[in-house]
Amino acid sequence: MNVPSSASAQPQMVVVGAGPAGVRAAQTLLRHGVRPVIIDEAPLPGGQIYRQSLVPRGSARQRYGFEHKRAAALHAAGAQLRGQADYRARTAVWNATPGHLDLVRDGDLDGLRYSHLLIATGATDRVLPFPGWTLPGVFSLGGAQIALKGQHCLLGPRIVFAGTGPLLYLVAYQYARAGGQVQAVLDSAPLAAQASALPALLNQPGTLAKGLYYLGWLRAHGVPVHHSANLLATHGTSRVDGVRARIGGAERDFACDALAVGHGLRAETQLADLLDCAFDFDVAQRAWLPQRDADGRSTVAGVYLAGDGAGIGGAMLAELSGERSALAMLADCGIRVDAPRLRWLARRQAALARFRQGLDRAFPLPGTDAGCDDGVMVCRCEEVRAGELRAAARQYAVDDLNRLKALTRIGMGLCQGRMCQSGAAELLADCRRIPLSAVGRMRGQAPVKPLPFAVLGKDPS
Amino acid sequence: MTLLHTDVAVIGAGLVGASAALALRRAGVATVLIERGLCGARASGVNFGGVRRQGRNIEQLYLAQRAHGIWARLPELIGTDAEYVRTGHLKLARSQADLDKLVAYRDKVRDFDLGLDILDRAALRRRFPALAPDIVGGSLCPEDGQANPRLVAPAFAHAAARAGALLLEDCAIAHADTQAEDFLLTAADGRQIRAGTVINAAGAWGAVVAGWFGDVLPLHVKYPTMLVTEPLTRQIGVSLGVEGGGFYARQVARGNFVMGGGYGHALPGDRSRPGPAALAELGRTAPAILPALARASIIRCWSGIEGYFADKNPVIGFSARVPRLLHAFGFSGGGFQIAPAVGETLADMALDRGRLLMADRFSPKRWTR
Repeated sequence: MNVPSSASAQPQMVVVGAGPAGVRAAQTLLRHGVRPVIIDEAPLPGGQIYRQSLVPRGSARQRYGFEHKRAAALHAAGAQLRGQADYRARTAVWNATPGHLDLVRDGDLDGLRYSHLLIATGATDRVLPFPGWTLPGVFSLGGAQIALKGQHCLLGPRIVFAGTGPLLYLVAYQYARAGGQVQAVLDSAPLAAQASALPALLNQPGTLAKGLYYLGWLRAHGVPVHHSANLLATHGTSRVDGVRARIGGAERDFACDALAVGHGLRAETQLADLLDCAFDFDVAQRAWLPQRDADGRSTVAGVYLAGDGAGIGGAMLAELSGERSALAMLADCGIRVDAPRLRWLARRQAALARFRQGLDRAFPLPGTDAGCDDGVMVCRCEEVRAGELRAAARQYAVDDLNRLKALTRIGMGLCQGRMCQSGAAELLADCRRIPLSAVGRMRGQAPVKPLPFAVLGKDPS
Repeated sequence: MTLLHTDVAVIGAGLVGASAALALRRAGVATVLIERGLCGARASGVNFGGVRRQGRNIEQLYLAQRAHGIWARLPELIGTDAEYVRTGHLKLARSQADLDKLVAYRDKVRDFDLGLDILDRAALRRRFPALAPDIVGGSLCPEDGQANPRLVAPAFAHAAARAGALLLEDCAIAHADTQAEDFLLTAADGRQIRAGTVINAAGAWGAVVAGWFGDVLPLHVKYPTMLVTEPLTRQIGVSLGVEGGGFYARQVARGNFVMGGGYGHALPGDRSRPGPAALAELGRTAPAILPALARASIIRCWSGIEGYFADKNPVIGFSARVPRLLHAFGFSGGGFQIAPAVGETLADMALDRGRLLMADRFSPKRWTR
């Protein structure tokens, strides 16, 4: 076993998140003789994409589709971690300070020291407001997938998929396969974008083929698929009973009982923010992301980043970046790592990154613009509408998202801006006619998720 | 390089500086309001939001009473009520000794007409059933209240600007000098402001600004810890404090409780974070006072940066060494309610048309004798 010869204190390595990035990272640390602590909010490893239900139903193939082998491999690695590492399931990090994490589990507080921390906290849906988005029956794409995968529940029965991104076709396919009545797939990206992205997408012919397979399958089974289709509004009063979209030059209505909307994903960056990591604006993801070097080092010594929590790259890239960040953590402790493996990882990452750039070109993320009329709710927690945001922005010449938050309460509610921040930033930039990057990002504050008083007052065990 | 001439330059567009600038403009005086960041975004904008006279010492009560009238006129003065409501302020006693102190305070400030009403345990139970039954008593000031701090100071600064003050945001002063009879302030971006009078309303950074002119004032900087809960059903309308300090809370119209107590620590770049010990203490204290909170969750905590003097009084007055340099900072956690009156008083002092009552208690000279 390699141990750092010069280190006076034993390194304490902590991995937050047991999705593809976190599991591969922790496995790599174990393989090098380091026993990490793994913190995960879920009962079982897998993250969102390979979420394991406590009472699995059906075959892995049915739950994870083409990805069932990857899911099974990751679950196996996760099971090994639960045996060999300090694996803490159902545990949340609610605050982070240099060298220290505040944890909560089953209503008890705990503190955890770290010398090396890997943040692999994954992503959530990127939610954008539009007229009627708060009606019952409207779901985020990720939510629709969890309903199917985690709860064995089909939303609908008649369901429309709208938004953009490769996940749109995957989930529509999964629903149709499972017996859902998919009324239409409305992709806001133009077909031309997908054609121009083809060379980059050919970096991963297998993945591209799967995407084409979903599309072809949907078409073959009579599901209308529209490109350049912009979702305008939902219909319905007490719940959604249809959607309106502009396709080409014409407006069209689709009757449905549920709508699943995918406006892309957003990285969960609160821990990097609390730890004061520097952020950069990412044009393709329309978001601020923590800076990291090729090995996953953040700008703060001892803090590393991997997976979708550092920027959306998908599960395959997450596994690679998790392993690579773990190797960097080890190397930074003076533990010898396998140089050829590192080079292999770098090559694979580069190829996947080119594919990702292709995806970003094929499915450009939509913004929110003047089409989001003043009555549309932007922040559900604090009930702040688009008109209030625009009025405050104009009255005080606000160019900064935190200032808008202070003046209007947007992002001050239960979700702390995790749901409304993307839409608020888009609206502010549009209203003030400034670049999205210029409005900045909301300052993070503890707790990362709501924390009961009864827990806060306890002495950490 | 831009050179601006003005009668008065106010450094700091928090509530004190902004209200001084508004008062100066209402008197027709050329005024530049200089802010390193955004107006009202520091302690003025992130404080607890209690608009409270109860508990202040005699010398501050003169200012508090003047401010009490100004708060009532916010819509007319600044174009918004900034969610100011006279909900009442209830100071709780957790022991008989504390209740005795509340009674003694009521008797001491009888001349100020605060309308203080001492409530015993039974009266407290009857009027505020959300409070824990073991609280011994309290003192209610019915006309004290609360406001949204995030709205008040920016509204004052923008009202000053509408009244003709030049509001310079993102304007950090890098160098201060005197030129002939005037002050010459040079911003980091090269802009220069030449002024006959300077008001130092730089809050927690007030001692640094004073230092530019050679005034050494013993300001201590601390970082109050505050938090907000998820919305709850209506529990209590009055703003709460406790005798002896350490806890304050109010429930806003949306149902969230805003509360604070204890201190946090500094971060690089003039930022701050709540303190873990203070949060744990709030976690114990809050449900002990409001039992319904035991089942509630906190959704955010935060901290601001505030300047304190050992005697808990701010410095309000002319420099002992530099003519026409007027200091007003170090409100020691109690500036929000009195700030609008301090602004008007500063304008009076700058124009030599009014003075501060019990001025020696606030004088910078009290630290240099």
